[in-house]
Amino acid sequence: MNFNTVKKILLYIFMSILAIGMLIPFFWMVSTSLKDGNNVFEFPPKWIPNPIKWSNYAKVWEVVPFAAFALNSFLLALCVTCGQVLTSAFAAFSFARLNWWGRDKVFFAYLATMMIPGAVTMIPLFLLLRYLGWIDSYKAIIIPGIFSAYGTFMLRQFFMGLPTELEDAARIDGCNLWEIFWNVTIPLSKPALATLAIFTFLGNWRNFQWPLIVLQTSEKMTLPVGLAYFMGEHSTKWNLLMAGSLMSIVPLVAIFLIGQRFFVKGIQLGGVKG
Amino acid sequence: MAKVLLKDICKIYEGSVKAVDNVNLEIRDREFMVLVGPSGCGKSTTLRMVAGLEQISSGTIKIGERIVNDVPPKDRDIAMVFQNYALYPHMSVQENMAFGLRLRKFKKVDINARVKEAAAMLGLTEYLHRRPKALSGGQRQRVAVGRAIVRKPQVFLFDEPLSNLDAKMRVQMRTEISKLHNQLETTMIYVTHDQVEAMTMGDRICVMKDGVIQQVDTPLEIYDHPANIFVASFIGTPPMNLFRGKLQLKNDILTFVGETFELSINIKEHREKLLSHVGEEVTFGIRPEDMDAESTNNDISIPRITAKVEVVEPMGSETCVYLRTGTETFIAKVDPHKPMTVGEKIALPVNLKKVHIFKQDSGQALL
Repeated sequence: MNFNTVKKILLYIFMSILAIGMLIPFFWMVSTSLKDGNNVFEFPPKWIPNPIKWSNYAKVWEVVPFAAFALNSFLLALCVTCGQVLTSAFAAFSFARLNWWGRDKVFFAYLATMMIPGAVTMIPLFLLLRYLGWIDSYKAIIIPGIFSAYGTFMLRQFFMGLPTELEDAARIDGCNLWEIFWNVTIPLSKPALATLAIFTFLGNWRNFQWPLIVLQTSEKMTLPVGLAYFMGEHSTKWNLLMAGSLMSIVPLVAIFLIGQRFFVKGIQLGGVKG
Repeated sequence: MAKVLLKDICKIYEGSVKAVDNVNLEIRDREFMVLVGPSGCGKSTTLRMVAGLEQISSGTIKIGERIVNDVPPKDRDIAMVFQNYALYPHMSVQENMAFGLRLRKFKKVDINARVKEAAAMLGLTEYLHRRPKALSGGQRQRVAVGRAIVRKPQVFLFDEPLSNLDAKMRVQMRTEISKLHNQLETTMIYVTHDQVEAMTMGDRICVMKDGVIQQVDTPLEIYDHPANIFVASFIGTPPMNLFRGKLQLKNDILTFVGETFELSINIKEHREKLLSHVGEEVTFGIRPEDMDAESTNNDISIPRITAKVEVVEPMGSETCVYLRTGTETFIAKVDPHKPMTVGEKIALPVNLKKVHIFKQDSGQALL
């Protein structure tokens, strides 16, 4: 065995330990979701429950309005995603391509807001929304959610990398700024837009804190908040909570698998040399 | 069809960088005008100002009879071909070519007819449904030209369109663009840094340097009578040989006294033009092919420059000889069949009719 093989083996062992460390909680989640309510805390812990209770998964739908929560979550995440991609693209185009006085200063100020932790702005934002009378309405989630310094920053960087000659060509072909944006910039930025959309959707789908703060009516709750209903003051139905959580991540996994080619795929600009 | 008139055009970038300085240029109707110069000479900026992609700082641009200073690019009735093709990667060849017409709300039938016609002209018919990614460099540039043709504009603008192609493709596209000009009979403005492209394609050439026009004329006129040292050294390969020295009268014969040699310029018309400059510092110029050893070999009355052969480069049709006299080196193009050996000393005859004399301070041509 030469040195390289040894190095490789050690590396694989190290990576495997890391991977197992990451996966254990997940396995525990699957295991718990299939346990009987009484066996959750049995000692010594059993990885493979006996009996296996598949019925937990069905029960989740009966105990809480799981479908309604999921739909709420989906619609909210969709609205925020569409809104955020749109506003970010507009802002990014302006920051990347239009020349206006003080543009870069405004951009850096906007960027600086990324440094402020969400916890700091949470209370002021809540007070503002209460003043507007938006508490317990979806407006309180959607409208603050569609503006994103991160999305703007990410798309601006991407737009700046697009060759300006394409825009020059489009201007000569007869485009105004609006048409350049829709006919050239947006189609060429599909990978970046998809990446932003996926991140935004995932982030909103699993968002727990903000919906918990601004929503009050139980019918309006989103899935993560809804799942918390399994956590009572005196007891928590761990098996049902885990089953619900597992079901709630199915869309995430699906979206990630579908969208992952966008993460890895660089843009191929065949129309421009270089 | 239209002429293009640039009057007192300046482009000053932030700060006070003058990219284009007081350019006055008339491009005639149906003319093929080449703007040529080293990089940073303002040729591309000038073209982009004609296109409307750059604002002009001062001056007037007229296309046809219309002042277009404040007219957006799309309303100037121009089309432009870019160095890096600038094809829309997400559209097929057909869509790329049709895009400008679609935006102008042409009927679908007309668009298809025009695209077909242009594609046939450029040999692109079988590629119409491909994406630019699936085309070679030459084909992409043809699509870019096609996109310009379908619009049937008054003026074509080319911004170094061949720079990204390999040498062979460049020569081929060069002739194709020239043919296209004859076929379309449209005014064309063509920017390049390649003096061969300028010489071979242009009806007239405009040589620029540091944002200033140096000379505007036909290719041969520029080659034979460069207006100043810059033009003389920029146009022509290998470049014109230049020697510094003084003009003097010796025994009443006008003589160039260089650092390493003297040469009597005993021609009547030269004498008249140069006599008032006797005693001045000048630069003496002679093109490599005007020092042919063979044709005038036996005539001893012809002045010669004696030099040592350093390198011999046979090209087949001619041979380039790199020579040295003292500290100065120069190049001569000679008959390829005349034997030359490195280290040999030869006396190269100078064709006095083709001699150039420039003022050393201003660089302006005296002859």
